[in-house]
Amino acid sequence: MKIRSQIGMVLNLDKCIGCHTCSITCKNVWTSREGVEYAWFNNVETKPGIGYPKEWENQDKWNGGWIRKSDGNIEPRIGGKYRLLASIFANPNMPEIDDYYEPFDYDYQHLHTSPEVKHQPTARPRSVISGKRMEKIEWGPNWEEILGTEFEKRSKDKNFDNIQKQMYGEFENTFMMYLPRLCEHCLNPACVASCPSGAIYKREEDGIVLIDQEKCRGWRMCISGCPYKKIYYNWKSGKSEKCIFCYPRIEAGMPTVCSETCVGRIRYLGVILYDADRIKEVASTPSDTDLYEKQLEVFLDPNDPAIIAQARKDGIADSVIDAAQKSPVYKLAIDWKLALPLHPEYRTLPMVWYVPSLSPINSAVESGNLATIGKAGVIPDIRSLRIPLKYLANLLTAGDEEPVARALERLLAMRAYKRAENVEGVEDLQVLEDAGLTKKQADQMYRYLAIANYEDRYVIPSGKREMNVPEAYGEKSGCGFTFGNGCSDGESGVNMFGGKKVAKRDVIKTVNVG
Amino acid sequence: MSNLNFLLFGIYPYIAIAVLFIGSWIRYDREPYSWKADSSQLLDQKGFRLASNLFHVGIIFVLCGHFVGLLTPHAIYHAFISTANKQLLAMVSGGFFGVLCLIGLVMLLQRRLTNPRVRAVSKTSDIFILILLLVQLLLGLMTIFASMSHLDGSVMVLLGDWAQSIVTLQGVAAAEAMTTVGVIYKLHILVGLTMLLVFPFTRLVHVISVPVKYFARNYQLVRQR
Repeated sequence: MKIRSQIGMVLNLDKCIGCHTCSITCKNVWTSREGVEYAWFNNVETKPGIGYPKEWENQDKWNGGWIRKSDGNIEPRIGGKYRLLASIFANPNMPEIDDYYEPFDYDYQHLHTSPEVKHQPTARPRSVISGKRMEKIEWGPNWEEILGTEFEKRSKDKNFDNIQKQMYGEFENTFMMYLPRLCEHCLNPACVASCPSGAIYKREEDGIVLIDQEKCRGWRMCISGCPYKKIYYNWKSGKSEKCIFCYPRIEAGMPTVCSETCVGRIRYLGVILYDADRIKEVASTPSDTDLYEKQLEVFLDPNDPAIIAQARKDGIADSVIDAAQKSPVYKLAIDWKLALPLHPEYRTLPMVWYVPSLSPINSAVESGNLATIGKAGVIPDIRSLRIPLKYLANLLTAGDEEPVARALERLLAMRAYKRAENVEGVEDLQVLEDAGLTKKQADQMYRYLAIANYEDRYVIPSGKREMNVPEAYGEKSGCGFTFGNGCSDGESGVNMFGGKKVAKRDVIKTVNVG
Repeated sequence: MSNLNFLLFGIYPYIAIAVLFIGSWIRYDREPYSWKADSSQLLDQKGFRLASNLFHVGIIFVLCGHFVGLLTPHAIYHAFISTANKQLLAMVSGGFFGVLCLIGLVMLLQRRLTNPRVRAVSKTSDIFILILLLVQLLLGLMTIFASMSHLDGSVMVLLGDWAQSIVTLQGVAAAEAMTTVGVIYKLHILVGLTMLLVFPFTRLVHVISVPVKYFARNYQLVRQR
């Protein structure tokens, strides 16, 4: 067993209001630069819809993620090492800018400089790539917002597989939900595996997957390798970029920008301990529908003394173990099994999980007496919810409806229990028992999901960077987050132009007198 | 032997090679962020797969052919093939892959010049290097026709002598070997040397970064503190 720690994220879709604050704050901080105008490290999609980039979930089209071969091994779906390198001259699985959207800005200045005219002057769009006028904007980062575009187009959504989808195009039966998306910081990342240069890596201490900008050569294979299409090619710098999980903030014990600014309080960040030795075995699980349960097996109980001892032996700091014990992600994903991974069938073992969203009862009015489940008889049949169970299952559990039904039942049970307690003043334990919850769990669920205090949502140990900088003094007034070699001291050990390296400082020895 | 001949074929090669190595080293060490293939595939993919593959497959074969053909000592290849046949082989295979490369290159150049997105993000050096490659490729293909008038391989031997003298640090002998060869070959060599000269300053540097290490490494990379 080799224990590593990861900062995971859970998003409670039941509370997402689709305000896009996460996307905007992320963009303002990280991608408001030339070359990545089209890139949204975090975006919010309205489902059902084909998403951004177009049809990203359709791996028959994009070939992202892993595929299990007949010999039981897995390899990137875009091909093994030889096949991958053979396509290096022209990547056959790469989206074009139009699959995202052509980034545009408006001629705002015209509003100032326009001469006096009969009609109000307008600010017309202009491509920020070619600088040319765009007469008509055909697609954008959130074109399908709140069921925009025809059902015919949106219904290409891959999550409609094995669903009689036609009826959901009718107004009376339509449904929608929001899906905020960011890099999954997978345990078995396909982008890392498909990078020919070895520039992408996973950090051991917090599991954040990063691209070394100085090592990236722009071969573009990661863009195809990632099934979530969360790696973007910067057309200006010629390098790939991705969500960095706001690592400078995480290291300082602060939540990511998208989490910090979430007005719906839907995001949770916490430490998960996992067994790194089992990743390959688990990712190679034969059946797609077993991948979710198998991934749970990789996660370790941070309260188990044997695990704690092993974690210490593997160099995990006590502050990290402590945070793992208080981790909201552990509670939501493992304790209560409310949070589920996004498309586990891609075999990347993603680490951004989702609590499925409840939805209104679809046929309550016409049926009159609603079918209920359990002895308590207050929870409506999960199948009568407006969002089809199969749709959520295709999204979160490779089509297995059982875990989704369990999560939804538990959410409803917690609500019914709290309603009985607050409105009727009775303690309805039967409803909890039906959903397999204890009173303590339900109370905690209420605290974490409904109240969702800042301290409960974000339990992040600081990175202890001071412990792994060999010479802290050399870092003093050094480099921040830069591109280019504004800071780089070069690859080689010696300064090729003679003299000392810039970042190498001679520490003046202090002497203790007396 | 004129001084100009000595300068161009006895000295210029060393200047070009020196700039190639030192320039690449400095860029790799000091400006790693600028070291990239600089693909524009994201912006336009129409016909790109065909063009880029034709160009790259063609040029890789042509380059390898030049290395093997020019630098293999005469005594060694005589064990397998006669000089005349070697020239014929070079003309046929070089011609075939040269034409593949030419088709791809023209398509890529046309794309770079006419596609508004690609044109807008192109640096001067991106366009310059494509034109330089086109000129060089056309000169190279023209040497095939020039070679038809002397199928005995005599010129090829002289060119081999030049290249082998250069790599064995005999500038004078190298320049001497070039005195009698035709002007088309001389131009081809000069443009070739110029490409080495500009190599570190253009996107050509990605040639050095062929990711062979990929075969040897594990799929997953985890960096420790």
